[in-house]
Amino acid sequence: MAVEVILPKVDMDMATGKISKWHVREGERVAKGAVLFEIETDKAAMEIEAPADGILRNVLVGEGLSAPVGSAVAYIYAEGEAVSAAAVKTEAPKTEALAPTKAAAVVQPSSSKDGEGPRATPLARRLAKEASLSLSNISGSGPRGRIVAEDVRKAAEKPVSAPAPVLAPAQPDDAIHKLYQSGSFEVQPVDGMRRTIAQRLTLSKQTVPHFYLSVTANIGKLMAARESLNASAPRDAEKKPLWRLSINDFVIKAMGRALQRVPAANVTWAGDAILRHRVSDVGVAVAVEGGLFTPVIRAVETKTLAAISQEMKALAAKARARKLVPSEYQGGTTAISNLGMFGIEEFTAIINPPHASILAVGAGVERFVPVNGQPVLATQMTCTLSCDHRAVDGAVGAELLQAFRSFIEDPLLMLA
Amino acid sequence: MSREITYAQAIQEALGQAMEADPAVFLMGEDIGVYGGAFQVTGDLVHRFGEDRVMDAPISELGQAGVAVGAALAGCKPVLEFQFSDFATLAMEQIVNQAAKLRFMLGGKVNVPLVMRFPAGSGTGAAAQHSQSLDAWLAHVPGLKVIQPSTPYDMKGMLLAAIDDPDPVMVFEHKLLYKTKGEVPEEAYRVPIGKAHVAREGSDVTIVATSIMVHKSLEAAETLAAEGIDVEVIDLRTLRPMDTATIIESVKKTTRLACVYEGVKTLGIGAEISARIAESEAFDYLDAPILRLGGAESPIPYNPVLEKAAVPQVQGIVEGLRNLVTGRT
Repeated sequence: MAVEVILPKVDMDMATGKISKWHVREGERVAKGAVLFEIETDKAAMEIEAPADGILRNVLVGEGLSAPVGSAVAYIYAEGEAVSAAAVKTEAPKTEALAPTKAAAVVQPSSSKDGEGPRATPLARRLAKEASLSLSNISGSGPRGRIVAEDVRKAAEKPVSAPAPVLAPAQPDDAIHKLYQSGSFEVQPVDGMRRTIAQRLTLSKQTVPHFYLSVTANIGKLMAARESLNASAPRDAEKKPLWRLSINDFVIKAMGRALQRVPAANVTWAGDAILRHRVSDVGVAVAVEGGLFTPVIRAVETKTLAAISQEMKALAAKARARKLVPSEYQGGTTAISNLGMFGIEEFTAIINPPHASILAVGAGVERFVPVNGQPVLATQMTCTLSCDHRAVDGAVGAELLQAFRSFIEDPLLMLA
Repeated sequence: MSREITYAQAIQEALGQAMEADPAVFLMGEDIGVYGGAFQVTGDLVHRFGEDRVMDAPISELGQAGVAVGAALAGCKPVLEFQFSDFATLAMEQIVNQAAKLRFMLGGKVNVPLVMRFPAGSGTGAAAQHSQSLDAWLAHVPGLKVIQPSTPYDMKGMLLAAIDDPDPVMVFEHKLLYKTKGEVPEEAYRVPIGKAHVAREGSDVTIVATSIMVHKSLEAAETLAAEGIDVEVIDLRTLRPMDTATIIESVKKTTRLACVYEGVKTLGIGAEISARIAESEAFDYLDAPILRLGGAESPIPYNPVLEKAAVPQVQGIVEGLRNLVTGRT
């Protein structure tokens, strides 16, 4: 009997997956565990391994096409096994070509079919039934999108007449098209990553009460420390230095230490509770072609600058290749966005939920500053912290930024 | 009049009071006489009641169990001490095929009113053959009653109830509990077999724990309370017959269930508790998957670090429960 090749769920909230590449052609032999195809999700590309040894046949979903999670996309036959049409379920999965000139429609998960439906706990199911609410209209906050009782209670509290949160632009797409002369623009389809960025940041700006705190730090000592640490880096067999610390590596480390110094800021807002985190997991925004990712460096307070630097390089490379896995970008309590390399002196950033803050880091700028009434040349860097006021109050944010500045201005303190 | 004594002293007191009250009660086991028992539980009872009622037995668990079954059929109330619960394996024929069956096979014309005491559990560096928790093995057998008291108070009261009981009762005593202390009344009293005890009331999650895991769960509950997680701890006390009603009521209140036990996790008592809740009216009240924290799938290691790692510890209970309640599992 032929083995079904299933489109797996590789990411939370994933309803469909697009097959970006088949590594094995129809009719070719494939070994169990070998890479069979790649799927592209909203956030990343993942390689999927063959579930069995045999010959790949009945490929139902071609490259560039998407299919619902859990549907069969091909079959693997045993050597010499007759290819029967009966082996293929009569109900072929719904596939949808991504037309190059039109934004891809989001394919609804086939939750209306009998026996399928949203994941929900027994209690959530019972409460929804009692409140005459449809589970498909409730978004789950539990692991893998599971609907828990709290989600149902919140949904039940929502007034029926309240409009759904508006994420779409005020005008329909066509109306916007019409504002510009035909032929004067190209249409770029919105891919999964773009859509995710749009939804998450809109949600953040609309629902997270941001406030902003700025501080300017002297980074003369940091520059000197960086130079001497880089000069002293051990070299590998090819005489290449084992590390090359960036200013951002110091920023990550300082933020990790500052969160330990001010634990009240190392939190996340969780609706009816605030999670106070023990370790400093710091996200770092990485710009990629067409968008950005925020991989998380875990337990920053326990890591050396060299370790942070190496880990950051590896994560950035994976981000650019769109190979980050969810465990590499989920979680964290804060993030760092650094636009200093573009000469931006200061800016404010939007919090990436569920983080409680984000630090916008500007460029190092030489300025004359008064010291004992005399102008002295100093290198300064301005950082702006955006805080989620639900979880972090002004004084706590200020304490965090103050601790951060003390570490940045005197990196030696981070050794203590 | 109540005062603080150890778990081991509570056993000795129960045995002494039962023997004073009923001449049919006698004790048997290896080195329980002059030596006072491998864990000094019988102590000086031999001096109070003589060698006819506190009998040192040869090293044959099967033989001792056979004597106990025969004596019970003949109207005595034997209380047999195994040196280690692990040696129950040697006596399985008498326990499982005779003691548990005879009342049923003889149409209720006989009873087998015996008690077997099993020092059990890990944590003493006694390695794989002297550290197991085989309670779930015996709890699988209809015709036996299996109890696991966790406090000196319950130990004394349940042991007296076990000696009164007309059926064979298996008593699992965690070795690390022998020196723990608690308030125990001086007079004889009974704590019923088959009734669980809510050791701590809470609203967010129910732990059903057995034996020493009750204490570890209570300690974990204190840590979690500081984080705002209110844990209810149920001391199961009796594995067979199991008090499912108390667990159902608790789960309906807290909506979450964790089972914490030292026996091997797979096919252990936690599997039975989980299944009973999944089959019950409490199913519709569950707001998270059921969590089992049990012993590792391994013989208990001799290495003390690994020995600790092989059974649930407080930190692991805290982490497991925290994940369960904050929705990460």
